[in-house]
Amino acid sequence: MSKIPRVAVREQDPLERAHNFDEVSFGYNREEAILEASRCLQCKNPKCVSGCPVSINIPRFIASVNADHMEEAASVIAADSSLPAVCGRVCPQEIQCEGSCILGIKYEPVAIGKLERYVADWARKNSYSTVAVAPYNGKKVAVIGSGPAGLACATDLAKAGCRVAVFEALHKPGGVLVYGIPEFRLPKDEVVAYEIDQVQKLGVTIETNVVVGRTVTIDELMDREGFDAVFVGSGAGLPRFMGIPGENLNGVVSANEFLTRSNLMSAYSPDSDTPIYVGKHVTVVGGGNVAMDAARTALRLGAGVTVVYRRTEKEMPARVEEVHHAKEEGIAFKLLCNPTSVLGNEKGWVTGLRCIRMELGEPDESGRRRPVEIPGSEFDKPCDVVVIALGTVANPLIARTTPGLNINKYNGIVADENGVTSRPGVFAGGDVVSGAATVILAMGAGRKAARAILDYLKIS
Amino acid sequence: MFPILKKQMLAPNICLMDVLAPRVASSARPGQFIILRTDAKGERIPLTICDYNADRGIVTIVTQMVGASSRKILSFNEGDAFPDFVGPLGIPSEFIHFTDQQLKGKKYLFIAGGLGTAPVYPQVKYLHERDVRADVIIGAKTKDLVIFENEMKSVCDNLYICTDDGSYGFKGLVTDKLKEIMNNGAVYDQVVAIGPMVMMKFVTLAAKPYNLPLIVSLNTLMVDGTGMCGACRVTVGGKTRFACVEGPEFDAYQVDFDEAMRRQGMYKTQETEADHKCFIDLHSHE
Repeated sequence: MSKIPRVAVREQDPLERAHNFDEVSFGYNREEAILEASRCLQCKNPKCVSGCPVSINIPRFIASVNADHMEEAASVIAADSSLPAVCGRVCPQEIQCEGSCILGIKYEPVAIGKLERYVADWARKNSYSTVAVAPYNGKKVAVIGSGPAGLACATDLAKAGCRVAVFEALHKPGGVLVYGIPEFRLPKDEVVAYEIDQVQKLGVTIETNVVVGRTVTIDELMDREGFDAVFVGSGAGLPRFMGIPGENLNGVVSANEFLTRSNLMSAYSPDSDTPIYVGKHVTVVGGGNVAMDAARTALRLGAGVTVVYRRTEKEMPARVEEVHHAKEEGIAFKLLCNPTSVLGNEKGWVTGLRCIRMELGEPDESGRRRPVEIPGSEFDKPCDVVVIALGTVANPLIARTTPGLNINKYNGIVADENGVTSRPGVFAGGDVVSGAATVILAMGAGRKAARAILDYLKIS
Repeated sequence: MFPILKKQMLAPNICLMDVLAPRVASSARPGQFIILRTDAKGERIPLTICDYNADRGIVTIVTQMVGASSRKILSFNEGDAFPDFVGPLGIPSEFIHFTDQQLKGKKYLFIAGGLGTAPVYPQVKYLHERDVRADVIIGAKTKDLVIFENEMKSVCDNLYICTDDGSYGFKGLVTDKLKEIMNNGAVYDQVVAIGPMVMMKFVTLAAKPYNLPLIVSLNTLMVDGTGMCGACRVTVGGKTRFACVEGPEFDAYQVDFDEAMRRQGMYKTQETEADHKCFIDLHSHE
């Protein structure tokens, strides 16, 4: 079996896809999926499962794919994940399931992510869903935020028979799946809307346009609206800026703003009323997945794009696949340099970014080598737009309006590994606790919190 | 969906709507705003709350037609419904944190420019209900564009109306009127100015020699209105602040108005040009 090389996935041609928002990867067809599934060693003690934040029974679903028993494969995944078509596309498999795959030691790991996507896409196209919901247990739970953490938590609570109401601040459910991750990585109507629809089929209600902390408070939800417990999965939505001169010039935007305009508000489409500005050349600051998403979006909107990052490619937090795709599409990378100021003209519009070259010094607390400025190495990079993708922190709104809810110095909610906070009945998980991380880690936190909520409500 | 229970034209191209939004109505306070969308392709449009009634579940908004998005709002009629209507957003006016005792004996002056008259009204009304005295200056380009005159009269002490063309009330700018009142010996504990950014800038310059404490409400660009995007960032006291979650009201003397006005124009080339700006520009953050 190891003789068979990992089956490559078909993708849109880089030069073509640089001009459209269609999905980059086509995914496996049946033959490709079965061939790839045949590579799985079916380990007795599967390392991939422990590498998966939601503990999907990976060897079992792969065996089902290999036997072409697709309903069975879909059921195995559905037992542990409510968003398989999303995760198959955006999980960093290389450091999770696939990173633990034994085959990866000598050969290439099984393409677990691509197989998961194949199964989820099959289920969607064949309208196959396994919905098993326990009878109503008399408990009402409010879930704040309809992103990955909230949806995963809501799914498990609904399956256990709770009445679950999800509150979403924006006008569309999905959180970062909708406002953050672009269409070319994660199709919104076809994939995200469908998977959210599946969660609603479990009886979960989603009320959009409710900003908890402003429209209603957690205390009001519990005291007046009769919720027995609350899960906070409100994410890390506040963008960080650099605090350098010129940052408020016209043309400097956070990646959150840039991506929200393009994704949530569909500004990439000529039909949308929401404007987006790319100019001729965009410089993106940062090396994470969000930076890659912003860069590739700007490229598709017609700009020349350069990514500026202060360390080397090796230290980039972005997934290898995303960096690879970005390079294929023609995005330039200026590594080992850091912005010192944004340059503007007399009218207050961006004309460039002043950067200083860096070299790597001793490792810092994150274990990555710390970038150090090289004195006198400043240079100017001309551009019309600067997109700042340096991470996000939690929105303090909920914590500030919920007495007794402890927060950390980053405004994140303090919760233990089961999502238990300092307030009885209030649980939290995902980016609002951990700081900006991944879809799947947020889902894992949502599931753990669901179990803790069921314990708290004394439901076995 | 959020049905429109009442639509009333206040002036040519200025319209008032009562929208049924019980959750927003029960939490709304003076100084806050909402964001609405007219349709699936529409922008998220921020509008200041002009009145609210928690018992009836109603939030009142006032819109002036200046571009494509406000034209869409005005095309809605009684019985229609907005698909999205979210709020209340932003921090309420400072005085709602004061006790009646703290407010006792205080005197306020409100300076309202054009559509800014609408969000001034709930503030004056709130103070009136607590027996706090407030004078109001309303500035408009011309008589037809003076709104909320009778409502304001019923809750304020002295009402001064200014028009640019002299077609009604005092002929001149709100800043001229402010100087006149102050030179006649008026005393105020707090001044609040709401209107176009350029008006607030000049009110700030005019108020400074009198050492008047002054609060302004900044109508910046916004997308989500919850702190996510940072489109609304303004420099206040040398620091970058987000108008949507840390405002919209700020100490006027700390605001970098030139930057704020420049940032409002960020997407101007891509938007339908307003037919006119300045004193009848609206407080709709467009």
